[in-house]
Amino acid sequence: MSLFDYTLKELQEKLHNKEITVSDLVEASYNRINEVDDQVKAFLTLNEEEAKKQAKALDEKLGSDASVLYGMPIGIKDNIVTKGLRTTCASQILDNLNDPLYDATVIQKLNKENTVNIGKLNMDEFAMGSSTENSSYENTRNPWNTDYVPGGSSGGSAAAVAAGEVFFSLGSDTGGSIRQPAAFCGVVGMKPTYGLVSRFGLVAFASSLDQIGPITRTVEDNAHLLQAIVGHDNMDSTSANVNIPNYGDAFKEDVKGLRIAVPKEYLQEGVDPEVKEAVLAALKQYEELGATWEEVSLPHSKYAVAAYYLLAASEASANLARFDGVRYGKRTEKNVDMIDMFKESRAEGFGDEVKRRIMLGTFALSSGYYDAYYKKAQKVRTLIKNDFEKIFDEYDVVIGPTTPTPAYKIGEKIDDPLTMYTDDVLTTPVNLAGLPGMSIPCGFSSEGLPIGLQIIGRHFDEATIYRTAYAYEQATDHHKKRPNLGGDR
Amino acid sequence: MTNFETVIGLEVHVELKTASKIFSPSPNAFGSEPNANVNPIDLGYPGVLPVLNEEAVNYAMKAAMAINCDIATNTKFDRKNYFYPDNPKAYQISQFDQPIGENGWIEIEVNGEKKKIGITRLHLEEDAGKLTHGDDGYSLVDYNRQGTPLVEIVSEPDIRTPEEAYAYLEKLKNIIQYTGVSDCKMEEGSLRCDANISIRPVGQEEFGTKTELKNLNSFSFVQKGLEFEEKRQREVLLNGGEILQETRRYDEQKKETILMRVKEGSDDYRYFPEPDLVPLYIDDAWKERIRAEIPELPDARRERYVKELDLPAYDAGVLTSTKEMSDFFEEAIEAGADVKQASNWLMGEVSAYMNKQQVEIQDLKMTPAALAKMIQLIEDGTISSKMAKKVFAELVENGGDPEKIVKDKGLVQISDEGQLREIITGILDENEQSIIDFKNGKDKALGFLVGQTMKATKGQANPPMVNKIIKEEIEKR
Repeated sequence: MSLFDYTLKELQEKLHNKEITVSDLVEASYNRINEVDDQVKAFLTLNEEEAKKQAKALDEKLGSDASVLYGMPIGIKDNIVTKGLRTTCASQILDNLNDPLYDATVIQKLNKENTVNIGKLNMDEFAMGSSTENSSYENTRNPWNTDYVPGGSSGGSAAAVAAGEVFFSLGSDTGGSIRQPAAFCGVVGMKPTYGLVSRFGLVAFASSLDQIGPITRTVEDNAHLLQAIVGHDNMDSTSANVNIPNYGDAFKEDVKGLRIAVPKEYLQEGVDPEVKEAVLAALKQYEELGATWEEVSLPHSKYAVAAYYLLAASEASANLARFDGVRYGKRTEKNVDMIDMFKESRAEGFGDEVKRRIMLGTFALSSGYYDAYYKKAQKVRTLIKNDFEKIFDEYDVVIGPTTPTPAYKIGEKIDDPLTMYTDDVLTTPVNLAGLPGMSIPCGFSSEGLPIGLQIIGRHFDEATIYRTAYAYEQATDHHKKRPNLGGDR
Repeated sequence: MTNFETVIGLEVHVELKTASKIFSPSPNAFGSEPNANVNPIDLGYPGVLPVLNEEAVNYAMKAAMAINCDIATNTKFDRKNYFYPDNPKAYQISQFDQPIGENGWIEIEVNGEKKKIGITRLHLEEDAGKLTHGDDGYSLVDYNRQGTPLVEIVSEPDIRTPEEAYAYLEKLKNIIQYTGVSDCKMEEGSLRCDANISIRPVGQEEFGTKTELKNLNSFSFVQKGLEFEEKRQREVLLNGGEILQETRRYDEQKKETILMRVKEGSDDYRYFPEPDLVPLYIDDAWKERIRAEIPELPDARRERYVKELDLPAYDAGVLTSTKEMSDFFEEAIEAGADVKQASNWLMGEVSAYMNKQQVEIQDLKMTPAALAKMIQLIEDGTISSKMAKKVFAELVENGGDPEKIVKDKGLVQISDEGQLREIITGILDENEQSIIDFKNGKDKALGFLVGQTMKATKGQANPPMVNKIIKEEIEKR
């Protein structure tokens, strides 16, 4: 067994029993990266020297009161700012942002838990994309079959965990960017309720939708990591001031009597038969565990993708306007006047998909179009939220597939943005409604690619999602399977 | 010849003097080293978020209430998108359709006529940084000002003359200063004004095409710029021309407005609700708490001075022209000064000194209590009005206690009747001719004798007593 086959809790015991050291864990992480990252290409920046120094210091001061995350190697999506460590959002325009000057709130929280930051993970540029092919640096590959995409935008975060390069990672989810790559890579990804995790230090894509969340090997690990990063933050006005439960308590309960809603729109045509089969098998599993499920309807979910792309692009068009080459980031080297300096720097610095969305958003907000696009999309958003609220009056969780299909081949869809957008049909409603949603492994396609089960809960009811996910995970073995990348693991 | 009517609307920006910026903890201070008061939030670094400074909301509410605005219960912030190097996020956080204050008014007085000028709205926003354009092709950016809380106060097009515009600005500044939320110093940029002006034939309801005046660096330049523009527009129209929607700046040297750019359509700022801030709910309790903090405003004060202190309307107006002057006056009275005397001193010697030295009343070394003490010394006859001028000169320059100044400078007035009678007897003995002249009806002789007495006492003799005793002594002879 490799160190990567243990849960965080088991590793913590080994640390305290002196069977292993933090340095062993960090060493194992970098060894694995050396072995497989030229295949997976999950990392953009490594923090090796600093991490090894930190590991040594942590080994010296390990006390009996250390938290479950103590000394654990973590990877961070490259749109979460890390003081003194390059943060690019996988964009050329931030290629030279070697020090973003401060730590995101989640990083400050992890530092308190003494996790070890192994490095920064690849993503679609500014989190815009579903395959990580929009990274301006490299294509991350799906560890289960390196001809396939890992999903996106947190493709690096999911692939690094699946490949055993880090024990866990942070991603961000605006329209599915944690859940979809988690599904594609066969790992556990949680998009928390909007407002549960501070966004301070998350480079904004769409401010009203973005959330940071954990990607892990197991449900239990996921809860441990989420517990460490949640909570009200004075630096983020949209962060909620709510009581945080102990997510560990969720694992003490079974799912007997749990009422599951399955939206018929989530199993309609367009959903791959193998995916549908896996989800129905999972529902059968839940029946055996004592839960009940019924088909329901989310009538407005068919408008979710359209509303999502209008709202997200609108907000993005403003959020990305600051990248102008004036104060930081890359400035054009052409000798031009001020206005052309803005234009040239942005033309050179942004990739096609980012430009596409900036233009889409700028258009949607323009005078004369605002009511027809932005405002209407906001109304759709309210309707979708209402759809879910009605369902949650009667059911505890909503379950369906995370994605309509398993991972596809690199290059297969990149020239067809509209198809890629519509693939977000099952994840975007959750962001629009601000709900928590999680993807857990629920089987494999005939080609051996993972399939994800999506579990959606009430606002701030991550605990019920964890309970639901844990019961299934304990009854199945999908999470124990490992991709074959060779090397010593 | 067609008679034209002028229509003017003013947009005034006022910086609020909160301790920190509106959306970041950086200090809000004027005059620091460039880029000393900035953090990653002010610089629009990737990942930063704004957090609303509640004090800025309180200040904006105070200003809005003081100019009689209705205060919104539900308000929010919006993003106003535009590219410029002084605007680090490339959007300004402002308020679009739900400003904090609406439907206000202030009353102005021009040539004895009172008039209400409507205020469309007052909204809260962040100020931008400051650019300095070098002659080497580079521009320097100072982000200290970025994020300073700002209120924009938009008037209704109720102003009909440049003189009214001047009076409106004076009044607005006066009121805002009283609330204490801003210094309103145009020279430091804490008050800035843009003016919209159009003209139309008298009787026409529809507005003419307006031009916007910028770069107006003082209230009198606002007035002069508008006067020029009024004339220019009339000449254009009378010559059969057409007014274009233009932005023009006022050139102080040339004393004329100069075209900056012609506006084609309106700018599209693509406003949308700021998703990083939650909507603001201002309940009645909050509103009342702020309302209770608003001090007595200039109009109310002026009226009180006339009614309760019996001051002439003009004097009351001068005394309330700034809050500092008015507060000084009230503190002096509180300390025991006679109302009329305090008013005379403030309007006379004190104002003259301030004008001459170009200082504000709060910069004076003299305290209100010291002025009150000095006035008392005059009243109880310890010093004469003439001596008081010497005491005042010392007080205003160096401060201190008037009684001690009087003593140190030997300025005590001789009011001892016996002592004065003795001195005067001696002087009369030496000036027989003057006595004869006086008896013959030459009043000038009395003046001469008083002068001699003052000379003999080094100016310390109590003048009314000297007059009285000289007359009595001459009667006896």
